[in-house]
Amino acid sequence: MKQLFAVIGMNVRSIPQRAGMSIATITSVAFMVAVLLGFLAMANGFEKTINGSGSDDVAVFLRGGSQAEVNSVLAREDARLIEVAPGIATDESGDPIMSAELYVIVDGTKRSSQTEANLPLRGVQQQAVNLRQNFALTGGRMFEPGTAELVVGEGVIREFEGFDLGQTIRLGSNTWTIVGTFSTGGSVFDSEVWADLGVVQNLYQRGSSVQSLRARLTSPDAIEDVRAYVEGEDRLNLDVTSEREYFADSAGGIATLLKFVGWPLSIVMAIGAFAGAWNTMYSSVDSRTREIATLRTIGFSGFTAFMGTLIESLVLALLGGALAILVIYILFNGNSASTLGGGFTQIVFSFEVTLGSVISGLVLALSVGFLGGIIPGIRAARVPLLAVHQN
Amino acid sequence: MTDQQPLYQLRDLSKTYTRGKESISIFKGLDMDIQHGDFIAIMGPSGSGKTTLLNQLGGIDSPSSGQVVFEGKRIDNLSQGALAKWRSRNVGFIFQFYNLMPTLSAAQNVELPLLLTGLSGGERKKRVKTALEIVGIADRAGHKPRQLSGGQQQRVAIARAIVADPKILLADEPTGDLDRTTADEILGMLQQLNTELGKTIVMVTHDPSAAKYAKRELYLDKGEFVERGNRS
Ligand SMILES: Nc1ncnc2c1ncn2[C@@H]1O[C@H](COP(=O)(O)OP(=O)(O)OP(=O)(O)O)[C@@H](O)[C@H]1O
Ligand SMILES: [Mg+2]
Repeated sequence: MKQLFAVIGMNVRSIPQRAGMSIATITSVAFMVAVLLGFLAMANGFEKTINGSGSDDVAVFLRGGSQAEVNSVLAREDARLIEVAPGIATDESGDPIMSAELYVIVDGTKRSSQTEANLPLRGVQQQAVNLRQNFALTGGRMFEPGTAELVVGEGVIREFEGFDLGQTIRLGSNTWTIVGTFSTGGSVFDSEVWADLGVVQNLYQRGSSVQSLRARLTSPDAIEDVRAYVEGEDRLNLDVTSEREYFADSAGGIATLLKFVGWPLSIVMAIGAFAGAWNTMYSSVDSRTREIATLRTIGFSGFTAFMGTLIESLVLALLGGALAILVIYILFNGNSASTLGGGFTQIVFSFEVTLGSVISGLVLALSVGFLGGIIPGIRAARVPLLAVHQN
Repeated sequence: MTDQQPLYQLRDLSKTYTRGKESISIFKGLDMDIQHGDFIAIMGPSGSGKTTLLNQLGGIDSPSSGQVVFEGKRIDNLSQGALAKWRSRNVGFIFQFYNLMPTLSAAQNVELPLLLTGLSGGERKKRVKTALEIVGIADRAGHKPRQLSGGQQQRVAIARAIVADPKILLADEPTGDLDRTTADEILGMLQQLNTELGKTIVMVTHDPSAAKYAKRELYLDKGEFVERGNRS
């Protein structure tokens, strides 16, 4: 044990003698881990946003087979039939908690890039606020029905210009006044701008049609009653899903996609980092051939030479991994980004550096260090004793 | 020293290197005894096999045939692991270019052989200090090799060679890289280790005036020993 620690200490202390190569190895490991963590942070953040967006006790009604809100058209008649469906919750005054909604895509200017990007303008009814978990006005007030007033999600304010409280903004050919800001606790609705349904229908010439209906259920299980009702009613051709399922289906795939891009990219970089570690460790062994032979001559085992080399490699990899974690954490954790969500609009979400992805990053780094150190380690163990006479 | 048995008995020792199809015989049928307390200088032209012979004595290379007997036991047929253990207990090596670990201090370098023993940290410190005092460099215990002159580095290397109290010191051109004055200091010290502490020493050297410090001079040429002088 003593000899092992002594040899490991010598290896690690000799790292500065190969500063250039060692730093290159640390950097390549750091890049690899950073890429992995970056993608995982995006995927995790995205997933969290999507999962936070859906409730089990809110039902979403779309035209049968339409899959996403943009493709769906519902008539006023549909809403009337749903109002009387079993399993729909009512408020104190006995009215169903329901909102017919319509959204159109408008352009906004991104703060970061000064480029135009899509964002959804959603026309909603009064009950809409009761159909989102954690809905809260964070400034101003709700819009007055029948007026060109907007309330704006916090994510929109963060990412887009011109949506601050009290401002007026032109969207298409219409001018709106921003009277309130709201938060739904980081869900996709934070990336939306809301106005009165009737006004949106008017300004965008949609007559009395809507795209979706949202209704609160008396309980999550009540969705089965609602489904049975819709299926038994010949006048209705609707798909009924819980809001949670709806988001999971329409946008959850993106998180998976991010992971599927992140991992292979990291693996490719891992191969580069592995080659770097291998090369550095080879040069470590070569530059220390006489030292290693001298230790062997004194009586140190080949195993200690192997372990010294392997652990030097692991230390380099670990330094790289730790550097990446630090940088990613400082730069990205909690920062917001946006991406195309379901329905081709921007969903604002936060990078989420989770313990799981940190562990994944460290495991990847250590794997690279291990593989990069093992063959040079064997070479170290096999240094011929006669190398003591080398000059 | 009352041992009847010589420290080393080399019997019919041969070493042949094969390089491709060619095989070069370095020495053939060499016989030699080394007594406890001896100080032998091995001289000879470059390429005559002096280092090769020292490697056989130190158990870092094996003969092609013949026997190396140490205190009555053959070491030429030991396994690598057993040889490593044998070396750590019995041999102290001194090299022309010192072979110190550049990242370790003088004291840490000297401590290395003791890490292979069961000695406690305190006991190791004590022995390191004693060894450094013997070679007269205790005041540089904390210095790294690159902060030391060649002569000082060789002193540290000698301290490392003697710290575990081995039975034989093997030195290959220990003053080959040093100026005359420093060389004389180092050689005087080896002589002292031999006469005062009874260390058995085999030293390879090119330098006839270095060989004068030994008790016996052996001349190796064309694979044979020629005895030159015996001052003991
Ligand atoms: N590993 C080896 N493989 C092949 N030949 C070797 C090997 N080691 C030494 N030799 C050859 O064996 C011969 C003796 O070498 P050795 O190093 O023992 O000589 P030396 O007497 O110590 O010489 P010098 O005074 O130059 O140090 C030389 O011809 C050398 O080229
Ligand atoms: Mg030689």
